[in-house]
Amino acid sequence: MADRRSALHAFIVKEMRHILRDRQTLTILLLLPLAMVVLFGYALRNDITDVRLVVIDPTPDYATIALRNRFAGNPRFEIVATSQTPDLVEPLFRRGDADLALAFPPRFAESLSQGVPTRLLLVGDASDPNTGSTMAAYATAVITSYQAEIGATGQAVRIVPQLRMRFNPTLESVNLFVPGLIALVLTLITALMTSISLSREKERGTLEILLVSPLHPWQIILGKVMPYLLLALGNVATALLAAWAVFHVPFRGSLVLLLSASVLYSMVGLSLGVLIAALAPSQRAAMLGALAGTMLPNALLSGMIFPIASLPAWLRMMTYVVPARWFIVIARGIMLKGVGLTYLWKELAVLTVMLVVLLIAAVRSFKPRFA
Amino acid sequence: MRLRVLRFLLRKEFLQIVRDRTLLGMLFIMPVIQLLVLANAVTFEVKSARMYVIDKDHSSMSRGVATRLAASGRFVPTESSPSMAEGDEAMLDRRVDLIVVIPEGFERGIVRDHRAPLQLVFNAEDGAAAAVMQTYANAILINYAGELGAEVSTSVVTNVSVADGGAPTRGHPVMELRRRGWYNSELDYREYMVPGILVVLVTMIGTLMTAMNIVREKEAGTLDQLNVTPINRSTFIAAKLIPLWTFAMIDLSIGLVVARFVFHVPMLGSLVLIFFAATIYLVGALGIGLWISTVAETQQQAMFVTFSLLMVYLLMSGLFTPIRGMPAWAQWTTEINPIAHFVALMRAVLLKGARMRDVASHLAALAAISSVVLSIAIRQYHKRSA
Repeated sequence: MADRRSALHAFIVKEMRHILRDRQTLTILLLLPLAMVVLFGYALRNDITDVRLVVIDPTPDYATIALRNRFAGNPRFEIVATSQTPDLVEPLFRRGDADLALAFPPRFAESLSQGVPTRLLLVGDASDPNTGSTMAAYATAVITSYQAEIGATGQAVRIVPQLRMRFNPTLESVNLFVPGLIALVLTLITALMTSISLSREKERGTLEILLVSPLHPWQIILGKVMPYLLLALGNVATALLAAWAVFHVPFRGSLVLLLSASVLYSMVGLSLGVLIAALAPSQRAAMLGALAGTMLPNALLSGMIFPIASLPAWLRMMTYVVPARWFIVIARGIMLKGVGLTYLWKELAVLTVMLVVLLIAAVRSFKPRFA
Repeated sequence: MRLRVLRFLLRKEFLQIVRDRTLLGMLFIMPVIQLLVLANAVTFEVKSARMYVIDKDHSSMSRGVATRLAASGRFVPTESSPSMAEGDEAMLDRRVDLIVVIPEGFERGIVRDHRAPLQLVFNAEDGAAAAVMQTYANAILINYAGELGAEVSTSVVTNVSVADGGAPTRGHPVMELRRRGWYNSELDYREYMVPGILVVLVTMIGTLMTAMNIVREKEAGTLDQLNVTPINRSTFIAAKLIPLWTFAMIDLSIGLVVARFVFHVPMLGSLVLIFFAATIYLVGALGIGLWISTVAETQQQAMFVTFSLLMVYLLMSGLFTPIRGMPAWAQWTTEINPIAHFVALMRAVLLKGARMRDVASHLAALAAISSVVLSIAIRQYHKRSA
């Protein structure tokens, strides 16, 4: 028995060296999470700070100039072109050189002073519906304040909503993203790397050699997955550290709980990786399988970037079997809301059930080889 | 002579791919499935947010707020109570996404002062959803305020103008704002995303498969065998790239068919232009794959390098978040990001009907990037003498 254990120890050390020797992969493994934290912290934002506006003003007069100056003086807007005819707008939109067009009617000031209903037209490039409507809203705000000033406002009543963004008051994207990033990195290392490295040994025939060694099958699997588990946890730590040091991402809950949940989630990923490796006929197939079966759903159907509430019902059903969906709830709960087991036991239970099912399936699919 | 060799090599490559049923299935079925899933998944629209109502005013106007929010279909009232603590508890437990608090004196405020506050508490744990919900709620409240304005103005409007010192009564200016969105008037986010997702699929196939294909031969040792044959470098590279280029183009065609008939993406521009741009783009995408194969020793490494590169490139391409929302340095990097150019081009041509000269700058950038990448990759690729 002692012999077996030291064999296992030696095996884990050997596997560890395999990974450490591969400098390139290791560098990427350590740098990728950091790069992603920085990207999400600095670069990926949904708010547009400069809206490029085209003004169509058939008959410039004091009123149109006044409103145009409002836009010119607003740091959010940049007037890229002014013309008397609307022909200009379409080519500018097609080239992507303008976002919005504001069209004045002829004799704007005159009809305003006569009290004739005067119609302004705001045309936006709505090919991106989100950005399009946001920009239109900015422009509307400028026009509304002008309306109010000249006394043309039709609205007498205001409901003033006081907004409170619970758990993330500034809507910092990095705060929301770090929990998702942890899930992604864990999946990448556990499911993806494990399935590829195992199927590689299968392809090369070195797995057979291991199988005839005195090591137990479970010891082989343990030895294979153990280094990845350690690596994964190390990565969680770096990502958390970077998030905390550079972006001051809050951490309100228990670190121990988060790390335990990470271990649980990693084990789910590892079982999935073993299962994929057992089922895939080749390394390439394993890789594609892992990519399609773990990475994409984990990135897209987990609520990490795109809200689950936005999904159509049939896809929302599918998210229930995506482990990352549950892990992200746990990680966000711990980091942003500071809640503990009382609120997160359901998610943890789901992950545990997944682990048991996947483990049984993985061991089963490996069995024919062991027999 | 060389062409003859190329023909044999091409035959070998095609056979190797076609023979592998799993691979073939993945090449052709996966893109369709991915497109179907991705196009539906990649959206920031929120359909039915769960709303907790705390009405302390109990007036017809305060009830109106809840009714209007619910009538929009964006919000579903699930629970209500007069206690903020209970509402907060529900949010902690993730049972609700939004708490609406209507304070006492809401109706009185509207009638007397023409303004009244109310509180909206969003679960910003999911920030993107929270931001979107906020936009919806604001729009609904502005509309409702307009309605209330019409209701109360008959009785109080005169008071106000007197209090204001008398607004000009003669020729009172009336301004009306019309808003219109071009190219996607129904604001269907999928229409916008599908062209971008097609780019992702084609890139995945192109770059990943190229890298894996060559590294696989490296790992299996057959690359050494090829290296000792009189096949020269360019023939070898051509033989590797042409089949994968073909498969990527077939995938693009399948993707376009799905986009047209499943997602009803309008294809206003010329498909010839799309295929022409894809041809140029893929040379670069395959070139990156080739370059990765020169630095990677194992398939695991190749996959990993490809994946990390693509991840960064995709996130920085403007596919998910608008490029113009990025800081200046990040915007500059998109100039040398082929994915950014191709995504922009696909969107402009398919959704806006852009013509050749509208997207000339993107085409030029793609051509420049592709030729630089390919020549670096070819230079890097040595027949090792060992």
